[in-house]
Amino acid sequence: MTIDLEVDDTRQEADPDALLVVDNLNVSFPTDDGVVQAVRGVSYTVRNGEAMGIVGESGSGKSVSSLAVMGLLPKNARISGSVRFRGRELIGLNEREMSQLRGEKIAMIFQDPLTSLNPVYTVGYQIAEALHAHHEMSKKAALDRSAELLGIVGIPYPEQRISNYPHELSGGMRQRVVIAIAMANDPDVIIADEPTTALDVTVQAQVLEALETARAETGAALIIITHDLGVIAGHSDRIAVMYAGKLVETGSTEEVFYRPRMPYTLGLLGSLPRLDQQERQRLTPIKGAPPSLLNLPPGCPFTPRCPLAEDICDAEEPELLMAEGTGHSAACHFRNRMADVEAAEVFGDDAAEVVS
Amino acid sequence: MTVNVTEKETPPPPAAKGEPVLSVRGLSKHFPVRSAGLIRRKIGDVHAVCDVSFDIYDRETLAIVGESGCGKTTTGRLVLNLIDASAGEVVWQGRDLTKLRNRAMRPLRRDMQIVFQDPYASLDPRMTVNELVAEPLRIHGLYRGENSGKQAVKDLLAQVGLNPEHGARYAHEFSGGQRQRIGIARALALKPRLLVLDEPVSALDVSIQAGVINLLEDLQQEYGLSYMFISHDLSVIRHIADRVVVMYLGKVVERAEADELFRRPSHPYTQALMSAIPLPDPVKERERKRILLTGDVPSPVNPPSGCRFRTRCQKFANDLDNTQREWCVNVEPPLEAKFTGHDAACHFAAARTDILEVGADHRAVPGELASWPTGRPTDAQAATPMACEPDGAQREPTRLTDDYVVDAEGELVLESDLEKPAG
Repeated sequence: MTIDLEVDDTRQEADPDALLVVDNLNVSFPTDDGVVQAVRGVSYTVRNGEAMGIVGESGSGKSVSSLAVMGLLPKNARISGSVRFRGRELIGLNEREMSQLRGEKIAMIFQDPLTSLNPVYTVGYQIAEALHAHHEMSKKAALDRSAELLGIVGIPYPEQRISNYPHELSGGMRQRVVIAIAMANDPDVIIADEPTTALDVTVQAQVLEALETARAETGAALIIITHDLGVIAGHSDRIAVMYAGKLVETGSTEEVFYRPRMPYTLGLLGSLPRLDQQERQRLTPIKGAPPSLLNLPPGCPFTPRCPLAEDICDAEEPELLMAEGTGHSAACHFRNRMADVEAAEVFGDDAAEVVS
Repeated sequence: MTVNVTEKETPPPPAAKGEPVLSVRGLSKHFPVRSAGLIRRKIGDVHAVCDVSFDIYDRETLAIVGESGCGKTTTGRLVLNLIDASAGEVVWQGRDLTKLRNRAMRPLRRDMQIVFQDPYASLDPRMTVNELVAEPLRIHGLYRGENSGKQAVKDLLAQVGLNPEHGARYAHEFSGGQRQRIGIARALALKPRLLVLDEPVSALDVSIQAGVINLLEDLQQEYGLSYMFISHDLSVIRHIADRVVVMYLGKVVERAEADELFRRPSHPYTQALMSAIPLPDPVKERERKRILLTGDVPSPVNPPSGCRFRTRCQKFANDLDNTQREWCVNVEPPLEAKFTGHDAACHFAAARTDILEVGADHRAVPGELASWPTGRPTDAQAATPMACEPDGAQREPTRLTDDYVVDAEGELVLESDLEKPAG
């Protein structure tokens, strides 16, 4: 399957700012029931210092695609396509070469800080460990730097905190320790996978603030992966919407939020209750559920849930193409018809909400 | 266990339409904390819920909002008498449920049902959907004859938007949203008047969540249900609630009609909570200024004296002087009317209309209220015991001189100690 046009590809290669180029990435897992196609032909480019958001619901492949970039997928995963970091191909690198890049050039923040931190070492030791992995420095210097990093991510009294164990810290503090580890080696890209999902909103606000500080401090590009459209709205320059393992809409954050051209994106926005709207509008849910990624039928994977679907949608999977009159791309046969369409018009009021 | 609920009763919530279906007054729940080892002596209490009062009216949705550990789920269980209250009463049709034994409670359970958060854990994996939905009917002797019973189950499944033909399937064959619909069908089976919805949509993806919210709204219309909607998500609450109770560390900090609460939140915690929620709108979201709280929720075993929120309160740290702070440290702020039908538990409550607006300066405090206390609290005021404080607690008033400042963790420390705080 081809996703980006050739024209697009050459542009990516020519882009001097291109930091991370993911090109036609496919990931599948063989299972007893068949092959699960978790990521299907994903292509995107992250430029220096840019914040890119990947948004999608559970099972859309957003985490798997970033684990593939980091080379962290289990052995049974079949990966094809290309991931280039500053022109260097990452797919196929051996473990030793990959671990030189991890942390040093590309850092990752996971959802659950309790599982990403080691319970038997102090947080200071763990930050120092990240520093020692890529730099020659004395223990004392590494610990001093650890305290400094904890201070940067907004932890009070960092000199005392470095001798705490992870269980002595609250969830929000732990996630800030993880952010401190991620920024320890001044990486070029930070990949944050649902960094605030397990946290309360007031703590989420603190952690997002710490993440922004880390970005400002290191000048790193950010790939933020989340299901929360609010988080992504405030923390990304460009976003990619994923559905059934594929990018279905990409563009600047404003374009995608204000002028969505893929019915799925429109439906997602229409199904959100809004804190900033006074009059209560009825929500417009998307009927049905995401498809199983096992033996996907041909055609657009959104067809069974899409009120606009016609015969062509069952026959042919739409490519991610520029939508007329916008500056962004959508994977929908009818992307040009979607101008100025409201979610309520498309998804209407629940006509027989029976789900099969 | 004895709990010393203070003499000054919390004023009853302002009357809305007609008689409330359910009234909760001064509800408290303390869980004992026991020592490790053989004897397991009681060494303290978790103040899970403390002096909570609210009313739920007919066909109305009352939302309880707060973060993890604020006691909202415990309140829900107390209302259904699933756990015993330490103090206070839950009045349902003129009867105090907290005094009822299990046997007397059972017939009332028909009228009050609960929907749990996790649709994966709350359904028996070994029962088919038909059996799951029929179970409450059988327990209450309403599954009369195979034919009418089966028909009742089919009707229920259709009502919640499931295909009745799938009744022979097991729960694991359904998606999260569909499972939550099964949970709702079970709750509806006995034609209740009140549903306690404990985070019913939190585990669901947004596109699925919207369908369940719409279903709940339709069912309320159709059957005249009252909802007690427990959630941490203010966006969902703004959408569904008629009235809102905001909880922090076991206490009600603000209580008002939904429109009123969102129009002018008055407690600093409510304001921080609203400002922390990201809006799915890139322009608004980037221009917003957030009220960032410091620190974390304190332990409910040993809550801060006076106002429980003061250790994280931005107003306490930045806007008040030490004379005013003495009130926060010593005197528990009563939940009292700040506007008509709008109660807040803060000595220095002030409405903020700029929280959900774009580009407004969040530090601006429009209109302080006349009810702000002046001067320092007297010794007598400062020695008034807090609600839910264990017996025999002697408290000395804390007096703050000008040398005291609030440190990075929200603690009051002497300015001279700020450089080298005790480890």
